[in-house]
Amino acid sequence: MIVGLDMGGTHIDAVIIKNDKIINTVKKPTDKDNLFESIWSTLEELLKDYNKSKIKRINLSTTISTNAIVENTTSPVGMIIQSGPGLPQDFLACGDENVFISGYIDHRGTVVENWNPKEVKEALNIFKDKNIDSLAIVTKFSVRNPKHELEIKEMVQSSKIFSNITLGHTVSGKLNFPRRVYTSYLNSAVYDTFNNFSNNIKKSMEREGINAPIYILKADGGTMNLYTAEEKPVETILSGPAASFMGINAMLSSNEDAILLDIGGTTTDIFFLADGVPLFEPLGIQIDKYKTLVRAIYSISIGLGGDSSIDIKDGTIKIGPKRKGFAYAYGGPSPTPTDAMIALGLMEGNKEKAYEAMEILGNKLNISKKEMPDLILNTMANMIKNKVDEILNKINSQPVYTIKELLYGKQIEPKLINIIGGPAKVLAPILEKKFQLPCYYPDKYEVANAVGAALAKPTTEINMLVDTAKGILTVPELNIYEKINKNYTLEDAKKRALELVKKSAINLGATEEEIEAEITEESSFNMVRGFFTSGKNMRIKAQVKPGLICDLRGDSND
Amino acid sequence: MIKAKNKLGLVFFPAFDWAISPTHPEREERLLYTQDQIFEEGIQDIEGIKFFNPIIADEKDIQRVHFCVPDVKSRVTQSHLISVGGAIKASQSVMEKKVDKSFALVRPPGHHAQRVVYGDRGFCIVNVEAAMLERIRKEYGPLKVAIVDTDCHHGDGTQDIYWNDKNTLFISFHQDGRTLYPGTGFIDEFGGPAAYGYNINIPLPPGTGEEGFIYVLENVVLPILDEYKPDIIINSAGQDNHYTDPITNMNFTAQGYAKLNDRLNPDIAVLEGGYSIEGALPYVNLGIILAMAGIDYSHVHEPDYDKDKLKQPKNITEYIKQVSEIVYNRWKTKDELRLKEFKGLDNVERNRQIYYDTDGILETQSQNFKICKKCSGLNTIKSSCDRGYRIFAITIPKDACSNCIDEGYNLFKNPNGSYTHIYLQDRVNDKYYAK
Repeated sequence: MIVGLDMGGTHIDAVIIKNDKIINTVKKPTDKDNLFESIWSTLEELLKDYNKSKIKRINLSTTISTNAIVENTTSPVGMIIQSGPGLPQDFLACGDENVFISGYIDHRGTVVENWNPKEVKEALNIFKDKNIDSLAIVTKFSVRNPKHELEIKEMVQSSKIFSNITLGHTVSGKLNFPRRVYTSYLNSAVYDTFNNFSNNIKKSMEREGINAPIYILKADGGTMNLYTAEEKPVETILSGPAASFMGINAMLSSNEDAILLDIGGTTTDIFFLADGVPLFEPLGIQIDKYKTLVRAIYSISIGLGGDSSIDIKDGTIKIGPKRKGFAYAYGGPSPTPTDAMIALGLMEGNKEKAYEAMEILGNKLNISKKEMPDLILNTMANMIKNKVDEILNKINSQPVYTIKELLYGKQIEPKLINIIGGPAKVLAPILEKKFQLPCYYPDKYEVANAVGAALAKPTTEINMLVDTAKGILTVPELNIYEKINKNYTLEDAKKRALELVKKSAINLGATEEEIEAEITEESSFNMVRGFFTSGKNMRIKAQVKPGLICDLRGDSND
Repeated sequence: MIKAKNKLGLVFFPAFDWAISPTHPEREERLLYTQDQIFEEGIQDIEGIKFFNPIIADEKDIQRVHFCVPDVKSRVTQSHLISVGGAIKASQSVMEKKVDKSFALVRPPGHHAQRVVYGDRGFCIVNVEAAMLERIRKEYGPLKVAIVDTDCHHGDGTQDIYWNDKNTLFISFHQDGRTLYPGTGFIDEFGGPAAYGYNINIPLPPGTGEEGFIYVLENVVLPILDEYKPDIIINSAGQDNHYTDPITNMNFTAQGYAKLNDRLNPDIAVLEGGYSIEGALPYVNLGIILAMAGIDYSHVHEPDYDKDKLKQPKNITEYIKQVSEIVYNRWKTKDELRLKEFKGLDNVERNRQIYYDTDGILETQSQNFKICKKCSGLNTIKSSCDRGYRIFAITIPKDACSNCIDEGYNLFKNPNGSYTHIYLQDRVNDKYYAK
């Protein structure tokens, strides 16, 4: 048995999957003031009649960290930032106390100027005075050489005033100093909140005699074990859309370029598949005002759903972006797309009330109430189409850096659309016409997010840099900074990267057989100094891509 | 997060899969560390800075500017069309007001490519700025343009292309041609008969530093631009005046380049040379980007930057003051100088030998500029090279009068002498012929 739980803003959904089938589901409202209790009571209800010793794993998608950030209930964080020459530094101040220190490491990882222990000591005094016990240390180009971050950590650790310390190079191997600063800050800021939560979970599990491993869903559609999540709680933010994305894939699989839509009551979430593989945010996801390096599935949410309120402005229909309440036919304040569906008999509800809503709108447009529903659904489909086109245009003009990519680079050309959500069935034929693409929707979608969470596998990504002139190999995420010999080849590096990414996935709780490791980027540059080749500079990205533990056995319609 | 004061478009195209040869300065690795620096600084996330991919320039974009011998296809590779296309994209984004300014970090470079192209010289085959500029003139109408070439080498290709065009003011400051490739760019190279005074060279002594460059900018370049009043300013942004550049002898800095771009305030900048790929380019490019975007660049400097060591010696400062005075005086008196130079002539002939250092080709060229009262005058090139080509090339300038147009077509039909190839560039009708 696999248990999946998805915590949304309003509801918590949970499922048990056994032999590739859903055998139980529970839906409960989210109690915003006690998120742990909401999760635990949902799990208790879900597992009431089942043998808890049969649970193989529990996958949770939780908003614990997200809420803490958005609602500003995080712990105060002290920041030690070494920004070196470049952009001005003031805008990097995101902690409750920010100390900028001297010293610099350059783009090749060469220490240009050492850090100054006196400055760090002064920082410690400031943090101590303010009772700050969460710390992040971030230096520019630390992914090229983590020396300063590690040395500073060693010095401050002995002071024993910090409950947690985040080092910049451990949050991601990607180059982007401001994002590294913000991501490290957020990791330390939600550390206590998340660890409180995980301790509660562990205690409750022990009390109930459940000893299945717990995994937490990440924004990239993969999972990590609880232990890793405790160290990198920032990875747990914004996993909701990822759950929905994985849910769609569990119910409707595809190996092609595809558009995935989750059309709900308030919003429509848009995702893409490229040859069946999710499209990721190029650098990382944004939460609140912070742009981060947290790997995430590319998702765009628009304020358009079944319950979006409809207005007439300047003789045209405006749907959303606000939801003012239920559909008019259910006693809500204003007409909605749901009313149009009820009027057409495509959804259950009070048809008379629904037509009343159509009449309110029709009067403003001089159109009969009979014509209104089609007009509304067409407008809705157009809005989705326009947005998708706009996003695709943007995605397909992402910067490229080689002639080959510019001439022959991959362009996303969707071959189909997979939709879930309340209005999916009604909108599918309309969208099919607008996009000129086949549209698929599953029979049951109500617990798609929980299913997505349940079936997600551990994922990870590493960024490797090999500089044979310096004789150094680095993988910042795994804290690897080691010597290699001058003859190290790209093939050696790729082999090593695959081994490392697999090992890293196993550390996250993956089993050997479920790991699909791949090299996603590779390049090798001759480094020439004077007229001689001094070495090679290789850059490799490897990932264990998100995927499903199993495909769900169910039916789809088209 | 930081917000740019000026909306800046960036075409960053490092062409990681292109090199002249594996150990050539113009190789795959050239913009690798610049990319690292741009990425690490988080330039992508700055509000108001937008990245664009290059478009691919077409044959006509090249023909507007060059006589490629025997033809465009044989001389110009896909990478050149993309480099030009990158610059075109950058300039379009400015002309269409998507951004306030733009910077094309593209390679290969172009400012040594002259009108006739037999091959590669100074790592250049196609003049990127010129091809870009003629394309945007084609798309957006006539423009009065100033090109300021801040590469350490004289921009002899751009000089050649705009030699007789008053609507394109070319200003190049560079290391003195007596001490560096291509060995030209002296004060008396002042333009053709229809544009005398609109080609300005400021040769600077080896060892010129921040002080000298800024002096030239403030005392020669900016006053001239003030008087010329161009619609747009293009910076041909070579970065090899840097103190760490391996093939030049100047002492300019990242701070200096940033200041220069801040004060010059170009609408479009296009990367040219610069081969200190680790010690200079990441910082110089960052400095230029920030300066153009109107973001504080005062923290941009090289890791080994030492102000005292780079201080410009007094004698150099004095020399530069003298050069500046001479150049500026010539600009002020250009009309008198023109009369003195061309009075009573109806033709001006210019004979030169041009060496293609990268490809080892020697060209012998004779140019003829007709002095016409109604327009800037038909001009022709007779040229041959040691590869066996012997060509005749006719240019009907953009402002040509009907007589000059007819004469151009007649010459194309009935040339004097025998040639392997004959070319006609009809800039009035944007038509290009070869036989």
